[in-house]
Amino acid sequence: MSAPFSWIRPEPWGIHVVPADAWIDPGRPVGRALVTHGHADHARGGHGETIATPETLAIMALRYRTGVEDENGELPTRATPVEYGETIRLPGGVDATYIPAGHVLGSAQILLEHAGERIVCTGDYKRRADPTCPPFEVTPCDVFITEATFGLPLFTHPPIEEEMGKLLGRLEAHPDSCVLVGAYALGKAQRVIAELRAAGHTQPIYLHGAMEKMCRLYEEHGVELGELRLVSDHAKDAMRGHVVVCPPGALNDRWSRRLPDPITAMASGWMRVRQRARQRNVELPLVISDHADWGELTRTIEEVDAQETWITHGREDALLRWCQLHQRRARALALVGYEDEDD
Amino acid sequence: MDEFAALIDALIYTRSRNEKLRLIAEYLRATPDPDRGWALASLTNELDFPAVKSSTIRNLLKERIDPVLWTLSRDFVGDTAETASLLWETGQVGAKTDVTTSLSLDEVVGRLSAMTRGTVATELPKLLDALDVNGRYALLKLATGGMRVGVSSRLAKTAFAQAFEVSIDDVEEYWHGLEPPFPELFAWAAEGEDPPDIENLPTFRPFMLAHPLEETEVSLKDYAAEWKWDGIRVQLVRAGHEGEEQTKLYSRSGDDISATFPELLDALPINAVLDGELLVRGATQGGEEGGAASFNALQQRLGRKTVSKKMLREAPAFVRLYDVLILEGEDLRELVWEKRRKRLEGLMSHLPDSHFDLSALVEARDFEHLTEIRERSRDDAIEGLMLKRRDAPYVAGRRTGLWYKWKRDPLLVDCVLMYAQRGSGRRSSFFSDYTFGCWDGDPDEGADLLPVGKAYSGFTDAELKKLDRHVRSNTINRFGPVRETDKSLVFEVAFDSVHESKRHKSGLAMRFPRIHRIRWDKPVHEADRIEALRALIRD
Ligand SMILES: [Zn+2]
Ligand SMILES: [Zn+2]
Repeated sequence: MSAPFSWIRPEPWGIHVVPADAWIDPGRPVGRALVTHGHADHARGGHGETIATPETLAIMALRYRTGVEDENGELPTRATPVEYGETIRLPGGVDATYIPAGHVLGSAQILLEHAGERIVCTGDYKRRADPTCPPFEVTPCDVFITEATFGLPLFTHPPIEEEMGKLLGRLEAHPDSCVLVGAYALGKAQRVIAELRAAGHTQPIYLHGAMEKMCRLYEEHGVELGELRLVSDHAKDAMRGHVVVCPPGALNDRWSRRLPDPITAMASGWMRVRQRARQRNVELPLVISDHADWGELTRTIEEVDAQETWITHGREDALLRWCQLHQRRARALALVGYEDEDD
Repeated sequence: MDEFAALIDALIYTRSRNEKLRLIAEYLRATPDPDRGWALASLTNELDFPAVKSSTIRNLLKERIDPVLWTLSRDFVGDTAETASLLWETGQVGAKTDVTTSLSLDEVVGRLSAMTRGTVATELPKLLDALDVNGRYALLKLATGGMRVGVSSRLAKTAFAQAFEVSIDDVEEYWHGLEPPFPELFAWAAEGEDPPDIENLPTFRPFMLAHPLEETEVSLKDYAAEWKWDGIRVQLVRAGHEGEEQTKLYSRSGDDISATFPELLDALPINAVLDGELLVRGATQGGEEGGAASFNALQQRLGRKTVSKKMLREAPAFVRLYDVLILEGEDLRELVWEKRRKRLEGLMSHLPDSHFDLSALVEARDFEHLTEIRERSRDDAIEGLMLKRRDAPYVAGRRTGLWYKWKRDPLLVDCVLMYAQRGSGRRSSFFSDYTFGCWDGDPDEGADLLPVGKAYSGFTDAELKKLDRHVRSNTINRFGPVRETDKSLVFEVAFDSVHESKRHKSGLAMRFPRIHRIRWDKPVHEADRIEALRALIRD
């Protein structure tokens, strides 16, 4: 018998599932990719076959034409959908099960089983409730591969109700302005809108053009976002006293000149650190993240209680230190290509 | 404390100057005494709690959190106070807090003032335990000084003036006679009571300042020319009822430097406020335009708390007078320069010439002639020329078109010390390599410093020791061998030329920069801006 877990190999551009010759979230085109979710640092175009949840595949079809016929009627990339809780048998005797990760629409942890060993790769995840996707499920396993985007003890995401209160409070105090919220176009934007609706905000919400398609996609998957309007279709004055949502890159862009006295807000876990918020000229920092904070990361490691924890995607050092302090076997994977999302 | 913390938080995220003014003014109007006075003092950087240091905070945290996790967090955030405010977990170690009700700022200040190096480790946690994350941040910034909210002392005073609809010049004028939390100032501005009585106090009056003369030509019909002397600008003030007169000497920034130059305190025989250049007599005494030693001789005497007899004998100080602001109770500042000059000239015969002389005017036929005179001047004590509008009153601050300074070559700019690095060889135990920067915009509106150059020469060994001490006691960050300082010291940097450069973030590179002098006396917000340096590009 070979060494434990030797059938799965972390390589710089992704995690290689050797017997199936498949890759988890590979950073370059491969023959067979298991994709946890649609964010650009996990999902890329050009794989021969992409195995993911139907929602993730829909997002990838929109962004990369994954599984979409080209102009000659041919199918350069194939899409294989797997529902949450469903198991797919891969070549080489590897079973893959997709389990909710609570990160964004369609996001999944992938449970791999082979030769009596169970390995869970979380992709990105959070433990807070999110109206746009089903919650993270703790899955017992031998090796737990966790993300560590906010892997420092200073990261504590406040309850989202508090942040919504800040946003709506500012809107009320400045009825002649608009509050411009920078939010990652996939996931964060829709979550902010859905949470605004949950907080009782029924006014139309204005969108940057780059947001529209993804919002429609969410709605087609049953996430209700209320009345959405495009900034480009409306006069400046109509937007006074309203929320406008745009990608973070547009916050300080010329585009925002068409808005009425915008108050610049940004929805991101990084907003916890003042200097980060100041660097982006943010006037209203909203600490809202789709990633686990430090408390969630450490609680999850304890609850999953795997033999080994592998740490990737973020600040591995501190989480590794925490594992050592708590007598847990752990290692940091040096995967490349992952970025700090504007999460 | 909650309101103060909310103010600090709001200021951090506000870029607009007007909005900052509005936020501070609103707070000052809505907050009772003495809390608002303490807040004003913290924004103007006038509070000092010697028991609480950055290292105190670091040590407290390392008792409560694994040191590796602390360091990783601190490196990520880049600021000890903020990291501590985020990582603090209430009631973790030791005695429970004795703070039950919500704290007023006055109580916080009282408790901080009462802390000693012996008690701070038990007392500070009680305050931290009683506050939320924003409160902790405000507390730690308040305690360690330097709010870093992009508000200069001047901006805070302007907000005060706006809050109560009083004149900023009056505020500046009263300011120096008062102590935090400024009850008399609020009584006057907010409650309409009589203004603080400073007439009989030897308080500092704000200086009138000059703009650099850049590609401007002025007519000598409208402007008088005067030498700009290479000493330190001072204000000498004598005030008080007969028999109770007090005399004080102030530096450019309003610091009381009376103790450093005691010989001047008894020399002024009348009540007056005089503006002049402090110089010392030295070996080069004589000279056509001078009679003063170079700045290096003056350096020997600066920054000393006590002065030896030998020093008084070898390098006696005197004041070369530029202007008279107040004379025997009469405020002359409203008068135009020509009239003030007449009064000053008339005054000279009443002053002992051992300690005072008059800064002579420079007579020139026209601007071209003046340029020639300026280029010929070789006196070490001359820094350049001043051009003063003949019909201008004496007004606080730097007003466009009234006064110009026209410095002599080599090229000089005032920069702010940002980083220091250990030297090599003989100097390896000293922080002797300095990186300095200029302002990327208006520092009063929150502009940042950008590094413009590096120098490791131009100072004496004694100065090096002093600089080394400054670096060690004003370090805010360490990166390997490099220390980041709190940007509180101005260097006058001399250099041969300046060029565009892609290697530096400022886009500029200096040729042969050296420390021309160390301006212990100069407030950092008066250092030059990037654009001033850029204007010196010649090719
Ligand atoms: Zn993601
Ligand atoms: Zn990610």
